Amino acid sequence: MSSKDFPNIEMVSNQSCLLTFSQVISEPTSNYIAQVTQHLVQLAGIVDLVPSYTTLLVVFDDDHYDRFAIFKTIRQTIEAIDPNDFSVKDQREVVIPVYYGKEVAPDIDDVANHCKLSVDEVIKRHHETTYRAYAIGFTPGFAFLGNTPDELHTPRKTTPRLKVPTGSVALAENQTAVYPSVTPGGWQIIGRTPVNLIDWGSKNLALIAMGDSVRFEPISRDEFLVQGGLLDGF
Amino acid sequence: MAFNVIKPGLLALVQDLGRHGHQSIGLTTGGPMDEVAFRWGNALLDNDCNCPEIEITFGMLTLEAQADTSIAITGADLAATLNDKSITPWQTYAIKKGDVLAFQQPIWGLRAYLAVKGGFHCEPTLGSVATVVREKIGGLTGNGDKLQKGDVLAYQAYHDHEKRSVPRLAIPNYGNREIPVILGYQYQSFSSLERANFFSSDYKVSSNSDRMGYRLEGQEIHSNLKGIISEGIAYGAIQIPKDGQPIVLLQDRQTIGGYPKIGCVTRIGGSILAQQKPGDVIQFTPITVDQAEQERHLQMARLTQWR
Repeated sequence: MSSKDFPNIEMVSNQSCLLTFSQVISEPTSNYIAQVTQHLVQLAGIVDLVPSYTTLLVVFDDDHYDRFAIFKTIRQTIEAIDPNDFSVKDQREVVIPVYYGKEVAPDIDDVANHCKLSVDEVIKRHHETTYRAYAIGFTPGFAFLGNTPDELHTPRKTTPRLKVPTGSVALAENQTAVYPSVTPGGWQIIGRTPVNLIDWGSKNLALIAMGDSVRFEPISRDEFLVQGGLLDGF
Repeated sequence: MAFNVIKPGLLALVQDLGRHGHQSIGLTTGGPMDEVAFRWGNALLDNDCNCPEIEITFGMLTLEAQADTSIAITGADLAATLNDKSITPWQTYAIKKGDVLAFQQPIWGLRAYLAVKGGFHCEPTLGSVATVVREKIGGLTGNGDKLQKGDVLAYQAYHDHEKRSVPRLAIPNYGNREIPVILGYQYQSFSSLERANFFSSDYKVSSNSDRMGYRLEGQEIHSNLKGIISEGIAYGAIQIPKDGQPIVLLQDRQTIGGYPKIGCVTRIGGSILAQQKPGDVIQFTPITVDQAEQERHLQMARLTQWR
């Protein structure tokens, strides 16, 4: 995206509208969505915001806005953003320690075989890349991080696991993520982090917000255990 | 002062109007499946509209009162009894210390709401008491637990009972199974034939339906799109997965998803849908945003005027 095109706004119900910024996923689009989200969140009568890769769902209080008023408010908010400014306020760099040992990485051999790399090369490529959080969802605090290097692209598992342990670091296609809680999941598991991705007692609740940049840092088994990591099975 | 839970029933949950403002981190809202009935419960007792109530799905719940108060029951008729005498929903009842309130099984609808004068006392998590079992959040413990035997539903004792009931015309008809839908999202990716099929077919509520979504079985419909880039899912969104069987996403829905959607059920329509049991048959009917706005304002005006 060379310039900031005005998003397409569509009512999807009498209490929510969908802003579509682009048809393709890109970092500038993602920045733009993060910026608009940060501005809209400050307005009265905005109930919820769901930013994703190319869209932003705006849920509003229908006692506060009708469909004309919400369109007008959104338009004015976006017009007030400097079109040459692509920076995102408070964009964080989150570093996530990962233990890549096989006891917590049941799929790392499969990934290595699929990618025709050694296990060490898989780990190196995974942690040397800086990722971007394009969307948060699936389960609270689950950040869809892109893009993994081309050499690591591996499809999802044909049969999803019924139970993926908390903290599992996984990849699928061009994305990687950490499972914040025990859930079913079909991504390839290549490691585990001892840090909590979600904490209802903390200020931000989720460690990673949409728009953040994220890096993984390899740690040893001992460091993993010292930091509170658990080795519970699958 | 409290109700003691003697029998917890199938699924009884503490709910308020939902936990809003956290969908950006993937946390769903929760809240009453039948918002219309929930709002009337608090209105009947002149409570704040967000006071915690108990959502009773199917029934089998028995409570014993430890102090006098007033309650309101709205929503489904779950064959409730007060000290073994039958009582009907959509009105208030005086409760005396020692009274036993029981809900049996559905006669009409699926979910009843129990409101108490002043609301049930419950510590909010992230600004809401709404219970979402899957996310382990909300409810009496804060951990998303449904009601258990021995739980204590605290309230402030109250002695000035006032008998009130919802005007007959304002009581929703759960037998009217035409569920209004606002076309939106990827509806243009469904051909006019697919849309016509969708709006003219009967759909049966699947037994796999829950607070997250109502799965329907009937005429398959298909989008021209295989998938879409994951986007925010509004309340009531009708997702069409590969098998062509619609899923209406409700209060405990996931926040984002990548299946094509044909539109959204309104909150009033979703309230009716949530009263249907597995095996019940519904139809979808298209309405405009304008009509949905009017219907909503009419409903809210009825509540406000009546107070």
